[in-house]
Amino acid sequence: MAATLKQKIADVFDESGCDKNLAKSAHERKKGCAKQLQPGAAAGGCAFDGAKIALQPIADVAHLVHGPIACEGSSWDNRSSASSGPQLYRTSFTTDINELDVIYGGEKRLYRSIREVIEKYDPPAVFVYQTCVTALIGDDIEAVCKAAGAKFGKPVIPVNAPGFAGAKNLGNKLGAEALLDYVIGTEEPAFTTAYDVNIIGEYNVSGELWQVKPLLDALGIRILSCISGDARYKEVASSHRAKAAMMVCSKSMINVARKMEDRYGIPFFEGSFYGISDMSDALRNLSRLLVDRGAGADLIERTEALIGAEEARAWSRIKAYTPRLAGKRVLLITGGVKSWSVVSALQEAGMEVAGTSVKKSTKEDKERIKEIMGDDAHMIDDMVPREMYAMLRDAKADIMLSGGRSQFVALKARMPWLDINQERHYAYAGYEGMVDLVREIDRTLSNPVWAQVRRPAPWDVAGPLGAKTLGFPAAASAS
Amino acid sequence: MARIIESKKSCTVNPLKMSQPLGSSYAFLGMDACMPVMHGSQGCTSFGLVLLVRHFREAIPLQTTAMNEVTTILGGYENIEKAVLNIHKRANPRLIGICSTGLTETKGDDVDGFLRLIREKHPELDSMAIVYVSTPDYAGAFQDGYAKTVTALVQELATPTDVRLANVVNVLPGSHLTPGDIEELREIIEAFDLMPVFLPDHSGSLDGHIPNEFTPTTLGGTPIEAVRNLGNARATLAIGEQMRSAAIEIEMRTGVPYHLFDRLLGLEASDRLIQTLSRIAGVAVPHKCRRQRSQLIDAMMDAHFMIGGKKIAIGAEPDMLYGVGQFLHEMGAQLVACVTTTHSPVLERLNCDEVMIGDLEDLEQRATDCDLLVTHAHGRQAAGRLGIPLHRVGIPCFDRLGNAHDVSVGYRGTRNVAFQIGNIFLAHGHAHRPDEWPLPAASLAAASLGSEATACESGGCACEAA
Repeated sequence: MAATLKQKIADVFDESGCDKNLAKSAHERKKGCAKQLQPGAAAGGCAFDGAKIALQPIADVAHLVHGPIACEGSSWDNRSSASSGPQLYRTSFTTDINELDVIYGGEKRLYRSIREVIEKYDPPAVFVYQTCVTALIGDDIEAVCKAAGAKFGKPVIPVNAPGFAGAKNLGNKLGAEALLDYVIGTEEPAFTTAYDVNIIGEYNVSGELWQVKPLLDALGIRILSCISGDARYKEVASSHRAKAAMMVCSKSMINVARKMEDRYGIPFFEGSFYGISDMSDALRNLSRLLVDRGAGADLIERTEALIGAEEARAWSRIKAYTPRLAGKRVLLITGGVKSWSVVSALQEAGMEVAGTSVKKSTKEDKERIKEIMGDDAHMIDDMVPREMYAMLRDAKADIMLSGGRSQFVALKARMPWLDINQERHYAYAGYEGMVDLVREIDRTLSNPVWAQVRRPAPWDVAGPLGAKTLGFPAAASAS
Repeated sequence: MARIIESKKSCTVNPLKMSQPLGSSYAFLGMDACMPVMHGSQGCTSFGLVLLVRHFREAIPLQTTAMNEVTTILGGYENIEKAVLNIHKRANPRLIGICSTGLTETKGDDVDGFLRLIREKHPELDSMAIVYVSTPDYAGAFQDGYAKTVTALVQELATPTDVRLANVVNVLPGSHLTPGDIEELREIIEAFDLMPVFLPDHSGSLDGHIPNEFTPTTLGGTPIEAVRNLGNARATLAIGEQMRSAAIEIEMRTGVPYHLFDRLLGLEASDRLIQTLSRIAGVAVPHKCRRQRSQLIDAMMDAHFMIGGKKIAIGAEPDMLYGVGQFLHEMGAQLVACVTTTHSPVLERLNCDEVMIGDLEDLEQRATDCDLLVTHAHGRQAAGRLGIPLHRVGIPCFDRLGNAHDVSVGYRGTRNVAFQIGNIFLAHGHAHRPDEWPLPAASLAAASLGSEATACESGGCACEAA
């Protein structure tokens, strides 16, 4: 690995804005936060995947993957990050290197590829992604990007996050580093206002940003740049002029938020758009930071008024589902932070949380869950699919909310399931999102299909010849 | 005779091709109680897994040796050992299928050597088969990785035998066949009182059924014993040119002769299968098949009205391209643009001028004048830009349900395809407009006998140009 990349990874791991990192001893900190992956028992994406997730939502840019076909060929156009305009980010570009490139080096092919992309598609910038094989053979993508950028008069941004550098989360951060090193602060916005903010670490999955943006619009808060959901290159390049920033949970882009604070004095807070109280807190924090930096003091009052109106509207809409959802038991398997924000909405609709995963939760998260759910909170540290399957089959829960990975565990147990992870196709952000989530739960739970698919075959009940008249079709009319 | 040309571009835009390790993993997924493993960084597995999950809407068992930078440089022995032990402990499969990736091939890991050492060191693994295939993703494509894997399974597992069972036939379905195709073939073959043994058999593992238990490995598919006993069969039927090497391997190891079918889509192609089965079994063609043949003929005549004369653009792996392309040609369509992923002897036999080894950008550029795009789901953007319908074939197809059950082999399968494509043209019929047939200036001038005023008032004419 290039020394610069090694340095970068050490730097990313030693994140002064991360309280988890600060809590470690100097020795532990040096080891970084990469968990050693278990061969034969690992799941999840690589660093390249993470970098692509973090940057691909920049919609008008050409994203060029330098590597053999598996990296891009298996993964393109499969992320549901939405764009309100340009679609170039959904066009796939890869050098698709062959055996000869591996032997002689792929730099020339990369250079020619950048030229072809610029000549044919004329994007405002090209992002070049490093991968394992091209990193291993020593292709210097920084040098190629620099030469191509100078020759073609366009920003050509190297994203040095080869898959074998680590896991997805590290890739998120390395992708973000490319923005800090080569993009942010390189252009100026057409105009600025006292109400300009950056939203950092929000990828506009299924258009979730658009569930939040109307709230900001109503308050007169302008998203100078969302990094990187529905973003344009120029917005990101001029994002250093924002007055305040919100870092959207999960810490995936904490380095961007913290370094923009260091470099440009943009204060930030960590918040989430998931859950009603979280959404309100996010609005409050944004307003407070903006007022601190010179926005009109009335913003705080207006924010509270908007929160009041929207919370009441959301709660009343959720409450309407109580008669249908009261007493239903939910198994919630998701990344830690989101758990408790969803739990309160589920409870408002009268549902019980049969269990929630705390695998990725911090100590505070767990305290919070206890606070909301009471002492008998059923926290699950780590659950293998077989146990999940058994729990569902034995009907200890009525529905499971989880990521796509465990979808088939639920469906094979003939249990209702909802996707609440990042690959989902429904938007669950903001006040609207929570109402939608409860509506989706109701739609799923009340579907008569569950009664159908759980019906035993009549011959399993009555014997092969159906000697007795029960079962079919008499049982059908009885049920 | 088609000319084969390769794209001269440096940058692939909108890839048609998928990788060898993914094709290899897919082949292993047709084995029973199997855990496929990609020897590479965890992203290789994760991407492939997501792609297959989205296509089949099923849980996909697929593991990784989780290589990182240091283990890559030092060599992957320990990672393979750990992976094999971990999988043995956690999932206890009967077969572990390991395929390499570009990363470990660039380093040059000697996996065969690693496995010998692991075998010596861990006798507790003796009851578990391990098959390794070299599948760098900087060479070849999905169907190459698939074919190599089936060949490797035969090499590793099939044993010579003196037993010959008169009613057993081996069937090697190419990667372009669906679980539904395999099921259909089984029915056809059983109609001749023959017993087919499929290698691999996705109709058992990826046909979307509800098992009674949850297992971390594949559930259903070709059992290991069936591969060991391939030599018992009367004959081997290889479906698709890609399966030739595996069929030859069976013949060399066990003496079972093979019949190769370069496609099973089309009337003539299906006739060849039925006739061969009838000869092997020594029984007359059953009534069911005769009836289906007659239905197909009727379907082809019904559909030729819509398909005849249409200009088609196809992007698919060689065997898929050959099957769909030849059938559409037989239905009177014109193959205007053909793009594929890798070399194959079938390409030059295709009824078109030129076949390009390229990507979906090449296909899109060649398809500007076409009426229908035929490729996998990634063609959706191109079809949208071209304003023509997309008929989805192959993997991945992440935006339609029921991909496992699409049938396009034999009389019934061919009938399906004729109707599907005919229906697409019916749904996208061209409605005529009143100004669609303007007269040329010369005719207008002739009609007005030189008095331009009259011609102009009639509207929609080309008098300005005149």
